[in-house]
Amino acid sequence: MTATAMPHGAGRHAYRLIGGAGDRAVANGLSNAAWYKSPVPRSLLKALMRRGDARAAWDTLLWYLLIAGAGAIVFASLHTAWLVPALLLYSTLYAGPADSRWHEAGHATAFRTPWLNDLLYQIASFQVMRRPTVWRWSHARHHTDTLITGRDPEIQVQLPIRPLVVIADFFGLTLAPSEFAKMLVNASGRMIAEEATFIPASEWPRVIREARLWLAAHVAVVAAAVAIGSWLPLLMIGPLPSICGAWLYNFFGITQHACLPENVLDHRLNSRTVLMNPVSRFLYWNMNYHVEHHMYPLVPYHALPALHDAVKADCPPPSPSLWASYREVISALRRQWRDPGYAVVRPLPARDSDLKTRIDHAALG
Amino acid sequence: MPRWVEAVPFASLEEEEPVRFDHEGRSYVLVRTGGRVYALDGLCTHEAADLSEGLVNGHVLECPKHSGRFDVRDGRALRVPARVGLRTYETKTEGGLVYIDIEHGA
Repeated sequence: MTATAMPHGAGRHAYRLIGGAGDRAVANGLSNAAWYKSPVPRSLLKALMRRGDARAAWDTLLWYLLIAGAGAIVFASLHTAWLVPALLLYSTLYAGPADSRWHEAGHATAFRTPWLNDLLYQIASFQVMRRPTVWRWSHARHHTDTLITGRDPEIQVQLPIRPLVVIADFFGLTLAPSEFAKMLVNASGRMIAEEATFIPASEWPRVIREARLWLAAHVAVVAAAVAIGSWLPLLMIGPLPSICGAWLYNFFGITQHACLPENVLDHRLNSRTVLMNPVSRFLYWNMNYHVEHHMYPLVPYHALPALHDAVKADCPPPSPSLWASYREVISALRRQWRDPGYAVVRPLPARDSDLKTRIDHAALG
Repeated sequence: MPRWVEAVPFASLEEEEPVRFDHEGRSYVLVRTGGRVYALDGLCTHEAADLSEGLVNGHVLECPKHSGRFDVRDGRALRVPARVGLRTYETKTEGGLVYIDIEHGA
């Protein structure tokens, strides 16, 4: 099945939050709209939404032990040919899982104790290089207006496809440099105009304060490198490990929404659930259950497999593996390169054949 | 003058389970927790999500959409993206029914 992702000629400018397709989306009722939710008995949902501290504390401790172990390997590999793969391993563990930890803590679903979520959010944000307050509001908008063109600031694969941009983004060559530059702008006391559209003015001082703290942290890392006469601090903290480890979270994350239709009000159609092995699910904190997460964002990561079981009969079949999802995504990307109007449409259960799922292109006109 | 409106049977309120009540075009949420019943505006001040679909933990009511949090005792916003508090309403229980004073929201 196929559907039109965007009309020909709409162009990448449609994704701009200022002057893009957002105003039309608002006018057509696509913003802050009512989204389809698969029914889940309230008692079950309530049980799934409950959170604790122990599971996330253990997972977080294990993650930082892995980072520390990789750091030890880096030190043991100094002045050897193993240093480069050791640094790649370290960076992958430093930045790869930081994306899902940033995400889960941002939803305040990792821990029951609020300050633990806030602490993990701040640290993981630095590791993955996402300015904390900016991305907190960006992600709130992503959940309100998921893949609504001109409204969602987190549409990763934009149409028409630019292959080099997709590849550069996959390998982290766009996010960290862009975030670093924007941090400098914020640290100078200014907001990025597009970001100011989704961040309330009352939060701007926080954005600027955080940017200055981050800048001080980066300066401290450079100072440490100079003081000890080594590149190592720069290779282990800051933009470089963020870039070098980004491939992992993009490897998982691109499957979330890539090549699925924009401007539909049903997460079963614009999000993808992918079945993964336990190691990947640990590294990605179960964000592979992405349809489920978008439907019920209060459900903690460790309860998403159970939520998946509860709603799967009402959802398209999940991708059975990362391999299968990549076959679909790469094939669709190639087709979208030639035809920006193409999108993958995941089949809904038969009983939904008469469901009035709205696919509205008017916002893009 | 208070304007008491019959809302729901007390027995229908489970501990820490938010319940929606609509009256005259407005939505309210009732929360029974810590031995008391609280009534607040029923839609999140951030993006008007239905708070009765959220989660109650002690005196904290959490929005189901973006995890904005409110103190059910005074309606204070505790966590962004909720920044504006909810109006709260007096409640009373008589004859097994919960009433709320919709005239005097605080």
